[in-house]
Amino acid sequence: MARVIVDVMLKPEILDPQGQAIARALPRLGFSGVAAVRQGKRFEVELEGPADEAALEEVRKMAETLLANTVIEDYTVRVDQ
Amino acid sequence: MTDNVERAAGTPDEPMPFAELGMKQDEYDRVKEILGRRPTGSELAIYSVMWSEHCSYKSSKVHLKQFATKAPKSDALLVGMGENAGVVDIGDGWAATFKIESHNHPSYVEPHQGAATGVGGIVRDIMSMGARPIAVMDALRFGGADQNDTRRVLPGVVEGISSYGNCLGLPNIGGEVVFDPCYIGNPLVNALCVGLLRKDQIKLATAPGPGNKVVLFGASTGPDGIGGASVLASATFEDESQAKRPAVQVGDPFMEKLLIECCLELYAADVVVGIQDLGAAGVSCATTELAAKGTGGMSVDLNLVPLRDPSLRPEEILMSESQERMMAVVRPSDIPAFTAICEKWDVPATVIGEVTDTGRLVMTWDGEVIVDIPPGTAADDGPVYERPLREPAGQAALNADVPDRLDRPADLRATLLELLGSPNLASKEWVTSQYDRYVRSNTVLAQPADAGMLRVSEVMAGAEPTTRGIALATDGNGRYAKLDPYAGAQLALAEAYRNVAVTGARPLAVTNCLNFGSPEDPEVMWQFAEAVRGLADACRTLGVPVTGGNVSFYNQTGATAIHPTPVVGVLGVIDDVARRVPTGFTTEGLRVALLGETAAEFGGSEWAHVAHGHLGGLPPQADLEAERSLAAVLVSAAAEGLLEGSHDLSDGGLAVALAESCLARGVGASVSLTDDAFTGLFSESAARALVTVRPEAFDRFAKLCADHEVPCYGLGATGGASLVVEGVLEVTVAELRETHAGTLPALFG
Repeated sequence: MARVIVDVMLKPEILDPQGQAIARALPRLGFSGVAAVRQGKRFEVELEGPADEAALEEVRKMAETLLANTVIEDYTVRVDQ
Repeated sequence: MTDNVERAAGTPDEPMPFAELGMKQDEYDRVKEILGRRPTGSELAIYSVMWSEHCSYKSSKVHLKQFATKAPKSDALLVGMGENAGVVDIGDGWAATFKIESHNHPSYVEPHQGAATGVGGIVRDIMSMGARPIAVMDALRFGGADQNDTRRVLPGVVEGISSYGNCLGLPNIGGEVVFDPCYIGNPLVNALCVGLLRKDQIKLATAPGPGNKVVLFGASTGPDGIGGASVLASATFEDESQAKRPAVQVGDPFMEKLLIECCLELYAADVVVGIQDLGAAGVSCATTELAAKGTGGMSVDLNLVPLRDPSLRPEEILMSESQERMMAVVRPSDIPAFTAICEKWDVPATVIGEVTDTGRLVMTWDGEVIVDIPPGTAADDGPVYERPLREPAGQAALNADVPDRLDRPADLRATLLELLGSPNLASKEWVTSQYDRYVRSNTVLAQPADAGMLRVSEVMAGAEPTTRGIALATDGNGRYAKLDPYAGAQLALAEAYRNVAVTGARPLAVTNCLNFGSPEDPEVMWQFAEAVRGLADACRTLGVPVTGGNVSFYNQTGATAIHPTPVVGVLGVIDDVARRVPTGFTTEGLRVALLGETAAEFGGSEWAHVAHGHLGGLPPQADLEAERSLAAVLVSAAAEGLLEGSHDLSDGGLAVALAESCLARGVGASVSLTDDAFTGLFSESAARALVTVRPEAFDRFAKLCADHEVPCYGLGATGGASLVVEGVLEVTVAELRETHAGTLPALFG
């Protein structure tokens, strides 16, 4: 069994209203020194077999078709150690 | 380094990327001629977006002017075409402003955000007239309901509209959902917004008074949709567009909600001289248009524009389409009050320049002059094209292919159910239930009613309580317009006009969204010219002026254009909303009557489409005098309280109107037809409506019809649990409902 992590983030040029809302809330809660926040999603994909290159390629396809909206989001795929 | 005016004057031959920005050589030469030198990069950015098809209407202008030259005289029209939206007097000191606009291409690229920002954009147009937005509607067209890409586009579009509109707290009171394979790859997302204001509080997009400050307020500017106006909205979609994909804008409805409340408080405090929303072409459009309509000059320091991404170049700032931004012109003495109101609503506001009397729009960046142009040359004096027109090669053959040769069905019951369950006629509850239809609690009628209706009830200075309401409907039939664009546009207007009248409201004014293929194709341009001519002529006959709208060209993939699709919105007013007429059969024991004449008209009909996949012949005749008389009867009868229910006849004819009337409240009916049952049930002749009247009021109603020379045929009575057409068919309301309600959930989950 292997676990593959897919991180999905809005592309840098895309507006992130949720991240902005968090950034505005932080000072109100007493946290200082934060310049900006961007919010993303993390998927943990449990594989039945090993995380070999073929399996990773399959996860990349999953990210491309379902996990990420590649029009406005980027994703990264890595094996959880 | 930044390209500035001094440098541009010294390097006349430096090549500029005008072609990449969608500008033609002769257009670029004209810019050079206007400026007497080559433009700087920033000036080129401004001219390229302002002279794009989307912003300049360069191919459509010569035709659209008919909406003004043929406009009927109307006492109700307060602001006509050319402003952000038209304004209509609805009585008791109230005015309504409304407009429909397309967001087609963005909604194909990224359905959710594209449709959401379409709502946001039209709402800001309404705000900029000084009004409170009170409702939205959406006219949608998708590819075939069973086509794969429709499964991607439709759910995203509906989600985007519902999330943005629901977050704003605006009811979505109507619209259309139509499927046709011609829209695959080119879905149409036409968003309408209506707002209310006191008629003495209209705001205009103008920048008068030298020394007045130019304030940018709302969201900060980021690299959103850069080039969207010139590239995304004005060039044909090809595979290379994949590379343009990141040019989508993402909206923030909560910021827009703050902007709405902030603007209304600014208006109430009387601290706004002129105002403009930032839509396509962003700062370029707002500065040039405000300056051109005001004293004529403006100076702007672009370094003062608040940025989300500090690496943005001035050219990018000028072209950015970041959402939720507005620009106001404010007297210097009002700046403290203006700023205080913006602070109260958490809306960032920045003075970025001031009005001048130099006749020039001058912009600086790092102390250097990067723009120095006469603003009217960008805003108003764009290129105007008299594009060649040619009747499509197949048009005569298409019109000759009349539906007479199609086999008539033997089993009319089966035909009714087949039509009622077909995607275009099936219940749209799956879509509309995702929209908030009753928020703000002023909704009187909403989908599936023929028109949306709202109470006029807003807290505004000088406003007295009123019983008035406004009604709105949008319609358009691409198949009719394909067969005959002149008649198709008239039929679109006639249907929207009729849908407003059946609720008891008096139609007052028109907005339109003209969706077509490429204007560079003479056959498409012919369709466009015919449709505009038809619509302008029909507006004159019906006495309702066009107040504004939008043209969307380039809705085509490769050489294949969509059906020409003029979508027409009509706004009406009712003196007392308590006198509104509900859609369909409300109770048992009422007389059912059909108003208007029925001929065997099946060209472009829903029956030909569903049963035979056929499109040919001519659309139903558009008899505008008959429409006018019909509306007069409906409005008078409603005011007298004669009508218990009504429903317009359109796609699917009488059979579908009867079935929908039964479904409205679960009340059946028994009717009989004297002539050919198939024609009577499925013909789509225009200028017809179905009404129900209490038996004791029927003579009075029949007299009213006779006075207006509107044919009135008693068909039968309401009652029972089935729809019965004597000797022809019988279906229980339960079976009608199952057939009608099941289609969209089965397709889209």
